[in-house]
Amino acid sequence: MIKLLGVLIVILGFALKLDSILIIIAAMVVTALVGGLGVNGMLETLGTSFVANRGMAIFIITLLVTGTLERNGLKEAAAKLIGKVKSASAASVISAYAVMRLIFAAFNVSFGGVAGFVRPVVMPMSIGAIKSKGLEPNLEHVEAIKGHAAGAENVTWFFGQVLFVGGSGALLVQSTLKNLGIESDLVSLAKVQIPVAIFATITYIVYTLISDRKYMQKYYGDKAAPAEVKEA
Amino acid sequence: MAGWFTSISTWFSNPEVTLGTKLLELLFLVMGLATGYVAFKNLLDKTNPKRYGTFVFWLSLGIVLAFGRFISPKINGVLILIMALSAILRQVGPGKTESVDPAYSQKMSERFGYYIFIPTLSIGLSALAFALFTKLGALVGIGFGVFLAIVILMFMNKDNKPSTFMNDFTRMITLIGPLSMLPMLLASLGAIFTKAGVGDVIAHYVGLVIPEGNVAVGLVVFAIAMPLFTIIMGNAFAAITVITVGIGYPFVLQYISNPAAIGMLALTCGYCGTLCTPMAANFNIVPVALLEMKDRFGVIRKQWLPAVIVLLFQIIYMFIIK
Repeated sequence: MIKLLGVLIVILGFALKLDSILIIIAAMVVTALVGGLGVNGMLETLGTSFVANRGMAIFIITLLVTGTLERNGLKEAAAKLIGKVKSASAASVISAYAVMRLIFAAFNVSFGGVAGFVRPVVMPMSIGAIKSKGLEPNLEHVEAIKGHAAGAENVTWFFGQVLFVGGSGALLVQSTLKNLGIESDLVSLAKVQIPVAIFATITYIVYTLISDRKYMQKYYGDKAAPAEVKEA
Repeated sequence: MAGWFTSISTWFSNPEVTLGTKLLELLFLVMGLATGYVAFKNLLDKTNPKRYGTFVFWLSLGIVLAFGRFISPKINGVLILIMALSAILRQVGPGKTESVDPAYSQKMSERFGYYIFIPTLSIGLSALAFALFTKLGALVGIGFGVFLAIVILMFMNKDNKPSTFMNDFTRMITLIGPLSMLPMLLASLGAIFTKAGVGDVIAHYVGLVIPEGNVAVGLVVFAIAMPLFTIIMGNAFAAITVITVGIGYPFVLQYISNPAAIGMLALTCGYCGTLCTPMAANFNIVPVALLEMKDRFGVIRKQWLPAVIVLLFQIIYMFIIK
């Protein structure tokens, strides 16, 4: 029972909105001590695991160009492009991105994540879509669009990446099952995920379309109304 | 010191290590050096009130990224604690960087138009090409794509000097700040939980509640335990090893005809939890900083509902194919 102390620290820490890094270090130290790892065991596990997971820091390398791309007019070019698509809304931009990202995720390919693509391309395109209707983007609406863009990014990435044959998730499942005497092959493990990936992507797109429509009515009211009538 | 360099060169010339692994290690070296640059730039920046703490943070991260593989795990652990400590004591902050002048980027946009999409897309296309046509892996492709984008940007505009890229890199990475280390830190917490036997304890308590042999109840508990545990740990990979051994196998997998498929779907049930937790900082908290959002939970707020729906879909799907 005492071994769950670290789990309790994590739950309470985040609930009390303490510093994220402080919570994790505290949970690590407490778990290592009550779990019998000791200080040495903790340092060794921490060092080994952190180094083994450096791939999670790949976004750092994309930051080498993210800022300079913006400096050279990327946002302006994206806004110009979306200005040509008259019927586009922020939700349709995000939906198109979701489909594209799902397909590429199945090839284990990311367009540079939030730093490399959402911030410099998807966001300006979405904002441009509102402006192209002659509306001044509402700050709360922009905040919601940011959430949806990051959400579409995550949902399609998670469920798309497992379609990649030989992806790390399937490899982990395969090795875990093998220890229990269950054999599996990677192609079947990828295939079983196809319905889930399609369902998840459609769910997210529908969710985005519905909530964006609500925001349009709430924040732009009369000005957005004529467009609503036309669509109906 | 000399022996250390020898061990690095021995590793890089070892024919048993694949080229993809070597190039990835080279990429980590570049990332570590760039992060080290940020450290020294801040140290020399007298306008940054937190320049010493900022220096310590980025330098330690740079060392672990660049040379982690060749340093003993214990020293890596100490470096990571130093990093964490400078962040916890709030001694890490952005210094002075030259921000983008909107008038300048507008002018550049008029000059380049849509051609700016070429370096932008080069990262993704390179990752795709590397994943499809080489054995080097997508991560190495991303690294090559970034290199390609830099070369293209330098050809397009003579104003893009190496110092421009480093200035903009410093601006972007200090905007994220200490959160940069969070994903790796969380994965490590999962590893420590597993080592300490936290999973065994949980499996024991679940065993007191689930009637053994009732596959239907076991399956639902398995499918819900994955996201719950992932929410706590922030990492479905850490959860799947613990939950499959503690709950999945004893209560479900040993009784059904399609255990591999159910074991795989348990992972994506866990992903539904990843969408709901601030512990998955790389996906849910880092973007909040990158997109300069006001609400720390702004991304999670737009993910939890679809996550619940997809989880329900998966539970039904599991019952159909089990």
